[in-house]
Order: sequence, then structure tokens, then C-alpha cells
Amino acid sequence: MSLVTVLELVPLLGVLGLFALPKGSTTLIKQFAIGVSVVDLVIAILMALRFDRGNSAMQFVESRNWISSFGIKYAVGIDGIALVLILMTTVLVPIVLLAGWNESENGRWSPRVYYALILVLETMMVGVFAATDVFLFYVIFEAMLIPVYFLIGGYGRGERAQAAMKFLLYSLLGGLLMLAAVIGTYVIATNQIGSTFDVTALSSLHIDSATENLLFLGFFIAFAIKAPLWPLHTWLPTAAKSATPATSVLLLGVLDKVGTYGMIRFCIALFPHAAHTFTPAIIVLSLISILYGAFLAIGQRDINGLIAFTSISHFGFITLGIFAMTSQGLTGASLYMVNHGFSTAALFLVAGWMVSRRGSSTIEDFGGLQRVTPVMAWSFFIAGMSALALPGLSSFVSEFLVLVGTFTRYPIPAIIGTTGIVLAALYVLLTVQRSLHGPTTPGNESLTDLNLREKIAIAPVIAILVIFGFFPKPITDVLNPASHEVMTHAGYEDPQPKAGK
Amino acid sequence: MTTSSHLVYLIALPLVSAAILLLLGRIADKWGHYVATLVSASTFAIAVIEFFSMRSRSGDARAATQDLFTWISVGSFNVHASLLLDQLSICFVLLITGVGTLIHIYSIAYMSHDHDRRRFFAYLNLFVAAMLLLVLGDSYLNLYVGWEGVGLASYLLIGFWNQKPAYAVAAKKAFVANRVGDIGLSLAIMIAFAQFGSVSFAGVKEGVPHASTAALTALGAMLLLAAAGKSAQFPLQSWLGDAMAGPTPVSALIHAATMVTAGVYLITRSNFVFDASHTAQNMVIAVGAITLLFGALVGTAKDDIKKALAASTMSQIGYMILATGLGPIGYAFAIMHLLTHGFFKAGMFLGAGSVMHGMNDEVNMRRYGAIGKVMPITAVTFGLGYLAIIGVPPFAGFYSKDKIIETAFNIGGSKGVIVGGAALLGAAITAFYMTRVIVLTFTGTKRWDDEAHPHESPALMWIPMVILAVGSIASGFLFNSGHALVKWLEPVVNASGAEEGEALLAPMTVSALALGVVAVGVAIAIVKYRTVPVEAPAGNVLTRIVRRDLLQDDFNDRVLVRPGQALTRFFVGMDKSFIDGIVRGVGGTIAVGSTNLRKIQNGYVRSYALIMVVGVLALLTTIWMVTL
Amino acid sequence: MNISNYLYLSAILFTLGAVGVVVRRNAIVVFMCVELMLNAANLAFVTFSRVNGDLVGQVASFFTMVVAACEVVVGLAIIVTMYRSRRSASVDDASLLKR
Repeated sequence: MSLVTVLELVPLLGVLGLFALPKGSTTLIKQFAIGVSVVDLVIAILMALRFDRGNSAMQFVESRNWISSFGIKYAVGIDGIALVLILMTTVLVPIVLLAGWNESENGRWSPRVYYALILVLETMMVGVFAATDVFLFYVIFEAMLIPVYFLIGGYGRGERAQAAMKFLLYSLLGGLLMLAAVIGTYVIATNQIGSTFDVTALSSLHIDSATENLLFLGFFIAFAIKAPLWPLHTWLPTAAKSATPATSVLLLGVLDKVGTYGMIRFCIALFPHAAHTFTPAIIVLSLISILYGAFLAIGQRDINGLIAFTSISHFGFITLGIFAMTSQGLTGASLYMVNHGFSTAALFLVAGWMVSRRGSSTIEDFGGLQRVTPVMAWSFFIAGMSALALPGLSSFVSEFLVLVGTFTRYPIPAIIGTTGIVLAALYVLLTVQRSLHGPTTPGNESLTDLNLREKIAIAPVIAILVIFGFFPKPITDVLNPASHEVMTHAGYEDPQPKAGK
Repeated sequence: MTTSSHLVYLIALPLVSAAILLLLGRIADKWGHYVATLVSASTFAIAVIEFFSMRSRSGDARAATQDLFTWISVGSFNVHASLLLDQLSICFVLLITGVGTLIHIYSIAYMSHDHDRRRFFAYLNLFVAAMLLLVLGDSYLNLYVGWEGVGLASYLLIGFWNQKPAYAVAAKKAFVANRVGDIGLSLAIMIAFAQFGSVSFAGVKEGVPHASTAALTALGAMLLLAAAGKSAQFPLQSWLGDAMAGPTPVSALIHAATMVTAGVYLITRSNFVFDASHTAQNMVIAVGAITLLFGALVGTAKDDIKKALAASTMSQIGYMILATGLGPIGYAFAIMHLLTHGFFKAGMFLGAGSVMHGMNDEVNMRRYGAIGKVMPITAVTFGLGYLAIIGVPPFAGFYSKDKIIETAFNIGGSKGVIVGGAALLGAAITAFYMTRVIVLTFTGTKRWDDEAHPHESPALMWIPMVILAVGSIASGFLFNSGHALVKWLEPVVNASGAEEGEALLAPMTVSALALGVVAVGVAIAIVKYRTVPVEAPAGNVLTRIVRRDLLQDDFNDRVLVRPGQALTRFFVGMDKSFIDGIVRGVGGTIAVGSTNLRKIQNGYVRSYALIMVVGVLALLTTIWMVTL
Repeated sequence: MNISNYLYLSAILFTLGAVGVVVRRNAIVVFMCVELMLNAANLAFVTFSRVNGDLVGQVASFFTMVVAACEVVVGLAIIVTMYRSRRSASVDDASLLKR
């Protein structure tokens, strides 16, 4: 049994354990769930240590027949990109569980259900990044909606039912298009190489260009909804405003990455020609997302809405990097996914604490927090600096790689994208100024600073942001072979310096 | 090249100290400022040792490097975190650590009443670390980290008293204006990588001869944009005046002596790019000339002593930028002016801080007057700085500024006359507004209330001022004797043999001309400010425009801020009504449709039966028609 | 005798039944009209059995009778229950599915 499978099974066994625990001991449930996620993290770290960095092939492969009449397999395996995303997932889960200690108590159902949902979600998040069978990927891709739907609808705040429904409908629409494309690809495969859903086998198909374009679009629209690309983004702010901080972190930090990850793993790998055809359009959409998300973030009054729109801007950078098809762009985009996960986590968690203390998520209701709650204010400030990609923090490395990678092939889009850094400064600093600076807003004088549990939850995130700002090499070394593999398969090479000697 | 293993301590020491002071919190309140000052002093000691060890080496061996680790390595994009200490960077390192240490000492006393003194010193150390990284990085990307680091430190220090909304806004404005410049630096790095496949100074220098002029011009223009943002040059100058919201030692260190001169460093460091593109050079000259006049003009109308000095800084950096556009020899003079300016302007800012310290933080010069009598040391050190900046021989500014004016005239043709004329006019205006500052502050009659009890500042404050005043006297002469600085910098900027040649105007003529216009400026100021009303007179339209910083904020507000806000509102509205509207529209249509369809389900068996019959008939008819 | 006459009769009976189902309100009458339609269909089956000279139609009509018998059992039971609970055998009163 591959370590990946172990990684998937541990949270599931944890769910069984959760329901075996005696009734009425909420603290025990919480401790147990965190314990399970930490065990999973340890396994993930073991896996990362045993990962062969120089190798661009899939590792930790496992393949078992599932529905043999259709050639459907339980097939998993990871390359560098999947590895770092799985690591990010397993790091984030214990952190959000610790950070959102009390989130489960005001829900529609018991805390037990809440922790079960998150652990099930963890299984699926690992599975979706590891799946190498298109059908398996599709099933998990869709099944992930269920726990998230219940997490938003059952434990959220405000108009949570509506937000959950909007999220579900959007995602189902995307999933439907993807299902059609999956079936289409399968039919073509059956005619050419026999019935299989194996992603490596499928990437060698010969598809006529009209069909390829349609199939590409089926996958791409599903992914563009997931990693919201303008104009398919409107579910995200609604969901972020209603979800609990922990859910928001997992939703924006991990689940939305499935979209951008899917673009690399499926859109480009299976349909390289169509990807090439649609690149100009996708680049335009990415640029619109970057600028539009930033403008809307500036115009937001709700702090969670603001974070959601900054994410839309950042997803624009990620897709830009992916479709620039240079090694800097691809590695940068993959690294961006990880960094965005952590920087959004920091933002959502601190914002969540601010909101729960103040009882309001309107930015104007804060003010002067720097003097009242310095540790919380500093955490928010550092998270904000990461969102504006300050050099020295890890998000800078990825953002700059994306822009440099884009510039070597498409200079004009890179120039337009670069103007986004000014808008990023504006939305972060405006928020910092309104919420942390200035005189203390009446009603905020007695807010309490972060307690020990919250400090322990936020410290690793900030440490990761700082450490990988200076030493991104361990991650980029893992990503490089995978990016190279993607590019080679799609038939691209890095542009050469123009003024060669 | 020599390899060195202790360059990293220059950066690591202040960085670690800043981190410790910030992380320890209130525990370090008692001794934090001493640690910070000690660390800053030890970086200065390292810098001095490095300087002498560099002098003892010769030729190519003078430059020292230290490769720390591989920072980013993706495809052909390889950036090492490595440091380079050469003849150019050692000038900056000495200035930063030297002036930085003096200002640390000064701040111990200046900030002694502030509750958050420890935090202030942590930020100062952070700044020193970032600024040293800026000048020590061996590639544009390493420089970028320092570049943004000093921006962050500047943001934190301008907004040090951010509980006052105006100060928080000023900090944000500085950061955003700097970010506009950062677009330039980002794009410059991208161009460098796309053109040369390298972002290190050495790699770019090597590739320059092979690149097209268009690419080099673009590269130069982007570097200039970056420099304009960081050095408050036209058109990104508007943040510097507001940046005076920070504590005065900050203004002296960051917004006079070091950070704002980073643009000059960047252009000088990239001399090989500008030397290869005349268009880029002309842009540099234009920006420098416009800013030196702009800053000088603004300086004439400021009543806030710190803002007057800030305008002066802008103008003096205009001189330096202008000089960097004047070819190989210009770089050396730019650096020379930068160093002398570092002494006299930092000294004057500390003097201003000393005055404010004694005057309950009053900054309006119209409420000063006759302070020279109560604060003699401050008055004398400020006066020495004044003589240096207006360029009276043998003070420092005389050597450095006259060289720039002379070189400007000597580029020849009508361009030389225009640029040289602008520099000369700037010198006259400088003399006017600096004399105004002196007259308003230190001489004349006392205009302060009796509650203010101006007194001389403690020794911890005046000792740094005296040291800087000595620098203002001697540095110019030292740098110029036997062309010491020009020769020192020669390997970096290729200034060899460029200084002589067919001079349009002899040095003596230029000096005479400059001294003449300076005398005129001083005279006008003395005559005009014999009596000073406490409330500023209304003035004519021109005065009012100059008081409003030549409408820079009005311009930015009309052209950038308001359209930006309108655009934001438009997008927010569009997102709600249009894009989400379409989504909700689709949902709504389905809902309305199903509400209508539901009416068929009326629950009467007979109507269901009827519909069934009708359906069967319709089906049969269809089949019949198809088969027909 | 002309075969088509049987078919005409079957069609008339079926139409009578269908109209009865639609216009009558008494559940028993509606029920009997349904029976009438079933028997009209039976008549057509038997007729075609005669025309084709085999027994397939006859078998089909037996099936119909069995189904009809089952239907009567279930249907009458429902009607009786309905009448017991609402004191009416009108189908219009049983419009509870509406909302």
C-alpha cells in the first residue's frame, strides 16, 4: 500500500474513532481530531523526506481495479507539484482546527459532525491531488462539495444557507461540464487505445482539434469556477463572508487550488494543442482577474470579502504563470499556490479572530487595533505584507517568478500584471490603516489580544511565510522537474535570452 | 575579486537585533535602545575595518564578495544570495552605518519620553539592515529585497505615531508611491533577464554590448522610474513632504541621508546601461533638472521647518540624479554630493529636531525666531550645514555642487546651457530658501509664546550634531583633494580620463558664477525676511500655488485618486449588478419558470386525465404526421 | 360482418370512457369509466386476434382482465378509505397533492 493511500485512510479512520468517543466530551473530540490531523502531517512529512527530488515521474504509485468493465482504477501517485500541495494541506488542517477551536459550537449540528466533516474533507483533499485516474479525480472533485456545503451551511454565519447553495450550484455546473468532457475523452480513448481513465495513457491520444477544444473547455470551465477566474468568481466572496474562518482557509487555500492544479495536470497534459489555442484568451482573463480582483478588494467594506477578492487577484497571477508555459512561470505558479494557501490562511485566521472579538466584519468597525491588541495587529500586518508580496516573504518569490516567466514569452501581459503590485499595496495598506492604525474606535478598547492557543496556531504559518521567503529552494527543487515535465509534454521550451553572446 | 566571509554580519547583526527587540516586547524596554545602538556601532566598526582592508588591497582585488546560498533557482533563472562590497558600496556602507550610529545615539535622548522607544530602535535597526542589503546585494533581485525592506522600514517609521490618522495616511502614501517606482524595478529585472539571462550586475554589464539600444533604453527608463519612486524625483515626488510625519531622527537618516539616495545608487550602479543609451541618459538629466528646480521652489514657501528641509532634500537629490545623467565623470560627482549631502542635511535635520525638542514639537518657523541665543550649539551646527548646502567655500557643498554645475555646462551645446542654467538657478533658489530657514529660525525677534521654554538639547543630541557639522566642513575638501573620490570610484564607473578635455567654462568661472548667484539669493532672503509676521500673509496666486507644493497633490488627486475611486465604485457596482446579476438572473428565470409550471399541478385528477388525453392525442398526431 | 365495425364500437366505447373520466366527479363513476376504456381495448385485442387468426390478442386481453381485477381491488379500497375519511367520493375533494 502506498504512503499516499495511508495518508488518505488516516483521517477516515479518525472519523470512525470520533464516533466511537463517548458523548458529551467536546474537548476530547477536538483533541482527538487535532491528533489525527497531526498524525497525518507526520506521515506527509515522512513521505516528503522519501520523495526522490530529481525524478520527474510519478512516485508512491498505487493502482487497483475499481470498476474494471470501464477500466476505472483507484490509481494514485504524486509528482513534485502534488507533493507540495498535499504537504500544504496536511499542514493547514491541524492549524485551522487549532485556530477555530470554538467554531464548531454554534453550528446546526454537533461539534462531532464538524470535525468528522473536516477530516473527511482532508481525505478527499489528499486524494484529489494524488489521483492519477481521471474518473477517480472527477469523483473526488465532486464529492468534496458535500462536506464543504455542510460546513458552510451548517456552521457558517450570516446568510449561510444561501451562500452554501450558491457555492454548490456553481460547482455543480462546472462539474457537469467536466463530466461531459471526461466521458468524451473516455469514448475517444476506447476507440483508440481501449477503455482507460489513466491520465498518462490519455495524454497520448490523437484528438481532432475541434473536439479537443470542446473537451479542453469542459475541463477548463470547471477549473476556472473552482479557482475563480473572472467572470466566474461571484460565488467566492459570498462563500467567504459566510463560512467560518477554518472553512474559508480550506476552501480558498486548498480546494480552490484543485482548479489551478487541474489546469496543469489535466487541461495542459491532456489537451496541449487546445491549451495553446486558448492561451491568449486565458491570459486576458487572468489579467482581468488580477486587476478586477484588486479593484474590488479596494472597494470592499467587509474584511472577509476583501480577502476573497485579493484571492481572485492572486488566482489571476497563478493562471497567468501556468499558461505562460515557461519553467519560471510554471514553478512560480505552483509555488504561488502553496504561498497563497499560507498567506490566505494567515489573513483569514487573524481576520476571523478580529471578527469574533469585535462581533462585526466591517473594516470601519475596527481601528487603532495596533495599540489595543499588538500581537493580533502584527500578525495581520505580516499576513497583509505577504498578500502584497513583500520581498523577504515567500509570496514575493512566487509572484516574481510568475511575472518574470510571463515576461520572457509575453512581455505586454507581464507589464500589465506588474501594475497589480501597486493595487495590492493599496488594498493591503488601506485595510491596515483603517483597522490597525488611527485612534482606537470606541468599543474596541477592551478587546483581548491573542491567547496562547491562537499564537501557537498562527506562529507556524508566519514562520513558513518568512522561511520560504529566504529559502524557497527546497520547494522549487521539488517543483522544477515536474514543471519541466509538463512543459516538455506540451512541447514548449524556455525562450532564450535575446542578447546572447 | 576577493572573497570575504564576514560581509554578512553587516546585515545579520542589525536584522537579528531588530527581530529580538520586536519579539521580546516590553521586556526589552529598559535596554533595547542600548543594544540597537551598540549593534549599529559595531556595523560601523566592521565597515571601517572593511574599508581599510580594501584600501590595502589593490586593483581588481579591492572588491570583495560573499556567496551565501542559492536563493532562487528555476530553469535558467538563478539568483544567489550573495554580497558584493566594492568601491561604490563601501561609500554607502560607511555613510549608512556612520550616520546611522550617530542618529541612534541622538535618538536615545530624542525619543526618551516616548513609550515605544524600543520599537523605534527595532525599526531603525531593521532599516539599517535593509539599506545595507540594498547596497551590498550583487544582483538587481538582491537589491530589490533591500529596496523593499527600506520601504517597509520607512513605512513603519513614518507611521510610528500612526494613532494620528494623518500620519498613518502619510505612511501609506509613501509606500504606495514607492510601489509605483517598484513597478519600474520589477520590469527592469524582467527586461534584464529576458535580454541577458541574468539579473546580477556583472551578468548585465557583460551583456550590455550585445543588446539593442531600444532594450537598453527601456531598461534605463525602468531603472529611472524605480529611482524616481525611491528618491522622490519628479513625477513621484509627492510623498516626501508628508513623510516628515515620522520622528525627526528618521527624517534625518532615511529621508535625507540614506534611503532617498538609493535611486542615485541604483543609477550609478547601472552606469553601464545608461552609458550605452543616450535617450535614457537624457531622461535622467530631465528628471534631475526638473526635480532640483521643483524642490527648490517648494522649499521657498514652506513654513514647516521639516518640510522646508524635505523640499531641499528633493532638490539636492535632483542635483545628484542630474549628475548621474552626465556620463562617467558625473557618477563620481553624484556620489560625492550624496556623501556631503548626507553630512550636512542629516546635521540640519538633527538641528531641526533639536529645535523642535526645545519648542514642544512646534514646527512652524514663523513661531520661532531668535532661537540662536538660547540654543547656541544647535545654531552653530545648523549654520555650518547651511554654509555647506549653499556652497560657500571651503565647506563641503561648494566642492560637490560646483562640480555638478560645471559638468552640466560642459556637456556642451544648448543642452549644456539649459541644464547648467537650471542647476545654477537651483543654486540661487537654494541660497534663498536656506537663508530664509536660518533667518526665520535662529535670528530676528522671538515669536514664540512664553509657555515654550526653548533650551539647549542634552549632550547625547548635540554630540552627533557636532560630528556631522565637522563632516559638513571637511568632507568636500577631503573627497576632492587630489580627486580622491573620483579615483577611488574609477573602477566602478569607468570615469578614467573623462574629467579633463575641452571645458566650455573654466572651473573658476563656474565657481564665480555660482558664488554670485548664491550671494544674490542670500541677499534677497535677508532683505525680504527682516520682519516676519507670525501668520503667513495670503500672498499672490503664485505663492499660493508654491505653498500647495506646485499643486502636486491636487494633480495626483484629480488625475489618479479620484478616477481610481470612481473606477473602483464602478467595478463594485458592476460586480454586484451585472456579473452577479447575470448569475442571479439565470437563477431567477428558472425560479419564475417553475412557479408558472407549478400551476398545472392543481391536484384535480380530472385535469391530469385531460392533460394525459391531450398528450396522447398530440403524440399520436405527431407519429401520424411523421409517418405520413 | 365487417371487421371494422368492431373497431368502431371499441373506439366509441373508449371515447365514452375517456370523456367519463374527465367530466365525472364521482370516484366510482370515474372508476367504471376506466373499466370501460379497458374493455374497449379488450374488444380491439380480440378483434385483431380474429383478424390475424392467432391467439396473441386473446392472451393480451386476459392479461388486461387480470390487471383490471387487481386495479379494482386496490382502487375500490382507496375509494372506500377516502369516503370514510372525508365523507365524499368526489375526486375533486382529493386534491391534496397541489401544494
